[in-house]
Amino acid sequence: MSACLEINNLSAVLANGQRVLRSVSLAVQPGEVRALVGESGAGKTMIGKAVLGVLPSSVRVVEGDMKLEGEDLGRLQPKARRTLIGARTALIPQDPLTALNPSRRIGPQMTDRLVRILGWSGDKADRRIRQLLDEVQIRDPDRVLRSYPHELSGGMRQRVLIAAAFAAEPRLIVADEPTTALDVTVQKQILLLIAELQREHGTAILFVTHDLGVVAKISQKVSVLYAGKVVEEADTTALFTAPQHPYTRALMAATPRYTDPLASLKPVDETVLRGLAAEIATADQAWRRPHG
Amino acid sequence: MDDARIIRRRLSPRLWLAGGWLLLALLAAIFAPLIAPQDPLAQDLMLERLPPFWLDGAEPGYWLGTDSLGRDLFSRLIFGGRIAFIVAFAAAIAACLVGSTLGLIAGYFGGWADRIISRIVDIWMAFPPVLFAILLVAVLGTGLSSVILAIAIIDWTRFCRVIRAEAMGQSRMDYVENARIAGYGRIGIMLREVLPNVLPSIVALLSLEMGIAVIVEAILSFVNLSISTDDPTWGGIIAEGRLSIHQAWWVLVFPLITLILTVLSFSQFGEALKARFDPVLR
Ligand SMILES: Nc1ncnc2c1ncn2[C@@H]1O[C@H](COP(=O)(O)OP(=O)(O)OP(=O)(O)O)[C@@H](O)[C@H]1O
Ligand SMILES: [Mg+2]
Repeated sequence: MSACLEINNLSAVLANGQRVLRSVSLAVQPGEVRALVGESGAGKTMIGKAVLGVLPSSVRVVEGDMKLEGEDLGRLQPKARRTLIGARTALIPQDPLTALNPSRRIGPQMTDRLVRILGWSGDKADRRIRQLLDEVQIRDPDRVLRSYPHELSGGMRQRVLIAAAFAAEPRLIVADEPTTALDVTVQKQILLLIAELQREHGTAILFVTHDLGVVAKISQKVSVLYAGKVVEEADTTALFTAPQHPYTRALMAATPRYTDPLASLKPVDETVLRGLAAEIATADQAWRRPHG
Repeated sequence: MDDARIIRRRLSPRLWLAGGWLLLALLAAIFAPLIAPQDPLAQDLMLERLPPFWLDGAEPGYWLGTDSLGRDLFSRLIFGGRIAFIVAFAAAIAACLVGSTLGLIAGYFGGWADRIISRIVDIWMAFPPVLFAILLVAVLGTGLSSVILAIAIIDWTRFCRVIRAEAMGQSRMDYVENARIAGYGRIGIMLREVLPNVLPSIVALLSLEMGIAVIVEAILSFVNLSISTDDPTWGGIIAEGRLSIHQAWWVLVFPLITLILTVLSFSQFGEALKARFDPVLR
């Protein structure tokens, strides 16, 4: 059985030649949740965008390949790639406000994709959307479907986006910090909802987060990213019981515990970061030699 | 907050005042032959410089008085409105179509398309507009269609600039990226996702531009570069009124008031419409 998503040795550079992804390899098996954890600027979003084919124009992939259900994305024609990505993947975004078109009502926005991309009938799409709204515990679907995005609360909007993401039964969902823009009280509900729908639908998720607490709750596998490089990869339980890489250990030490709120003020250990910088510098040097 | 919104929607006086005036002026222009009490071209030396109806010496049927050739001012104003509105609609729509399309393309696609279009706009805007208009009409020749063409040629950049900036802002939003991930084509995204979000601005600009076209047409008529026939135009009437300001102030004042009210109404109407159609402001 092939992996749902397989990234091999992916490197990407900015216009100035600076590497933002450093030979990243990771795989997501069907039905599995893989967390991608790392601090801000590590390149988590960049990996998600690379998979979904929406890298900013300033970022260029220079090596490596990505396979979606065994299909090599790099070998497909742009049109075929778009169609494949559109049919097999979905995104649960970080900011549920800007991810919805402000000038269109929720209903047409949600059904549109099923009708126009997947060729469903309007009726079928409508039934599907309502079923999903029910699954994300929206109790007044009529009102929601008639609303404009700004008329809904942040939590509601994120529920709508989760419903939309699962509606087309994608094989892979990229969830990019889907709870960070939300109120703390809503964060947990949304997280539970994603976990529940994931289990019911058996969808693989690449779950981007900087929060180790979230990693522990939702994922089976973890990749720890630092400066565009995967520094450790493990089963989630294994990672928490026996972190191997010093950066992972430092990250854990810096993660706030509920019993000790002041711990959140602790930065990641300096010496670990210095060690990492050296590690990355040597890796870059080694990489540059064959790549000019 | 919801209540405040509803109140603001119901009682948008500027929408109704501006829209009301424009509707009135438009209807008067359309039905000018039926409404006008006199032939706007008929001269009568016996009736020259009649004052408006509330002053001594006014004649019934000549409500706003007559000019120095004895022509009825009111009839001339509503007939002048015909040309004003034709120019306003035709020129503004033409400028809007060209400018908004290019602006949308530049803003959404960015890159080369944006660089080329923005450069053209920069060059265009280097010309002072009124001078540009006079120059163009001198080249194109006078007449209704060349006035319309001149205004459209000059003013499409206004649409292009604003719509480019807005489309660019919208294109960076996640919903556009989401549409891309879902598999929509670029042109489809531009038209279905981005365009509806810049439409309120297009509407506001379109209305504003109509007012501007009215002014430009008046200026061109004023300097006698507009319509070469005898048809009355607001700018032409103002030019004539200026000559007899001491004997008959009304020939200058009434067309000025009409012009200002119309231009103001167009801009206010546009703003009010935008506020109304913008789902976020609404
Ligand atoms: N559009 C862009 N053009 C050029 N560089 C970018 C762009 N977006 C991000 N970057 C850079 O790429 C690197 C990775 O950014 P990315 O957004 O993937 O980080 P992240 O791990 O998602 O961080 P966060 O937790 O803040 O979302 C950063 O150094 C960032 O400055
Ligand atoms: Mg990010």
